[in-house]
Amino acid sequence: MAVIENPDRSADATPRSRSWYEGISTGWWVLAAALLFMPAVANDFVLFQVFGWTFILGMIALSLMFLAGYGGMVSLIQMSVAAMAGYMVAIFGFSGISDLSLGMPWWVYLPLAILIATIFGTLVGALAVRTEGIYTIMITLAIASAFFYFTRQNYSIFNGYTGFNLVVPPELFGVDWRQPMPFYYLTLGCATIAYLAVVYVSRAPFGLVLQGVRDNPRRMAALGYNVVAHRIAAYAFASVIAAVGGILLVWQNAQIAPGTAGIAAVIDILVIAVIGGIGRPIGAFIGAIIYVVLSTFAPDFLLSIGMSGERFNLLIGLGFLAIVFFSPDGILGLWDRWRARRAKRGDPLTGESASGGDAP
Amino acid sequence: MSVIAIPSPTTNLSSVSSGNALELRGVTKLFGALAAISDITMTVRSGERRAVLGSNGAGKTTLFNCVTGDFFPTSGTIRLFGEDVSRFPAYERIRRGLRRTYQISLLFGGLTVSDNVYLACRGVSRGRFSLFRTRASDPVRTRVEELIAAVNLTEATDTLVSELSYGQQRQLEIALALAGAPRLILFDEPAAGLSPTERRELINILTSLPGHIGYVIIEHDMDVALRVAESVTMMHNGRVFKEGTPEEIENDPEVQALYLGHGDE
Repeated sequence: MAVIENPDRSADATPRSRSWYEGISTGWWVLAAALLFMPAVANDFVLFQVFGWTFILGMIALSLMFLAGYGGMVSLIQMSVAAMAGYMVAIFGFSGISDLSLGMPWWVYLPLAILIATIFGTLVGALAVRTEGIYTIMITLAIASAFFYFTRQNYSIFNGYTGFNLVVPPELFGVDWRQPMPFYYLTLGCATIAYLAVVYVSRAPFGLVLQGVRDNPRRMAALGYNVVAHRIAAYAFASVIAAVGGILLVWQNAQIAPGTAGIAAVIDILVIAVIGGIGRPIGAFIGAIIYVVLSTFAPDFLLSIGMSGERFNLLIGLGFLAIVFFSPDGILGLWDRWRARRAKRGDPLTGESASGGDAP
Repeated sequence: MSVIAIPSPTTNLSSVSSGNALELRGVTKLFGALAAISDITMTVRSGERRAVLGSNGAGKTTLFNCVTGDFFPTSGTIRLFGEDVSRFPAYERIRRGLRRTYQISLLFGGLTVSDNVYLACRGVSRGRFSLFRTRASDPVRTRVEELIAAVNLTEATDTLVSELSYGQQRQLEIALALAGAPRLILFDEPAAGLSPTERRELINILTSLPGHIGYVIIEHDMDVALRVAESVTMMHNGRVFKEGTPEEIENDPEVQALYLGHGDE
């Protein structure tokens, strides 16, 4: 990965004259067109429930991917950060619990929700970065559990077990953003921005330094970097993405309750990121769509074969086990290996690679 | 021989300054009951080139680790350019002009040569937390190219570090140490594993460093150590055993008996 684009080294160097879009492969254009025109072919359920939920969970898993893939920090706090943002929207904005909601305008409660959730995620990060590996997982899981129980037991702020209902997006530009098509484009837009931001930052100095910290923190300190500060900053960046995902999640459900950030939901984000492939940003969305499709359609499938619909988690669990067992780097890892095998497949007589330099 | 262009230190590096680059006073590092180094007192003047010699286990690398902040000393003080940095984290010492190379290359194998040098340059400049990609006009990029050229790796600029030869990796280590405005560099066995040709190249690089850059070099190859150093500290069992010029050390009977293996007895 060359982070520094090399300046022209020769007079006939052409890269400088290339437009940004020339570097994007055809597959991405096809995917973008398919997503843009999806409302033309998909029904409201697919737009709102399948894709809307996929983009939201994908964003929250993306925040975990950023920390784990680029920073080497597996955090289980991301769903709690998202839920914190959702709660703040309900508390500072409008909900069915008018005694607790403050009814502030959207341009106050939205930034405030993102800010408070980011501060929460950053503070957790400040604690977690002093640990490594399994201890990071354990400390973030412990804080996520504490958050879950706190929201369930606190009635004066979080309304306890019931949480908040009737939390809907503001009607901006005369659009009801909770209608399937507007909500689809809203979540698609946010997910796209989050994805592009992660890809861009991964090659900016901050992202590059983070990858250096992941690979060799001692060396990075010896190059003048404050390793702890960089890790905490990574939590802050990831928290912003998780917070936006949390706001969209509360709007989609029109409610938020402690269960939104329950232990199962916290673990689900890890499962999603691992299934997709934790090393690259797109893996979060691949994992999310697999999870959403299984969660949405598996109960019907199980019922049709005479099993309880409640068992859909069994399918997700088996899928997770299979992925971890056969491809620790997720679906993307399978894809990479398939492409590598295809590239290596060459002439059976000479053994030359199809992509080798001697190939005609 | 051309002199490697290194920016001179700027006044904001440290407002505190003295004639000495490094002063160690009674530095001891204990690992449990084991004293890796004991009561080390040593002074390195600004611009001085010093070799630290000693057998394996003499405490040379532990001494370096204490100076760079990888370990805090159990007791004693470390002053860098007049400032007490004994409890400073490693990155604070680096920002005061200290650099080091490692005995075992600690490079980023998955990144290119230019990315490695870029990380080193960015580490001692502004924009470490920048979320915006480097522009073509960024002076850091120019500096990266200069440093790569200084250690004769221009042709390998875009090569992954994992694909470099061992000797090239050692050269890259030196490029990383030269990033920013170094004032004192600690070289930990830079010649280890190099071929004779690569050693000559290393000597050329070290001797062509600008005069304001001092260094301390740990080296088992006496030819290299005594050719690039103007003073020598001998260590034995975690203590300073002898100090002197290369000639004095080379001709000292005790040193010869202990280290060079051809004493009179």
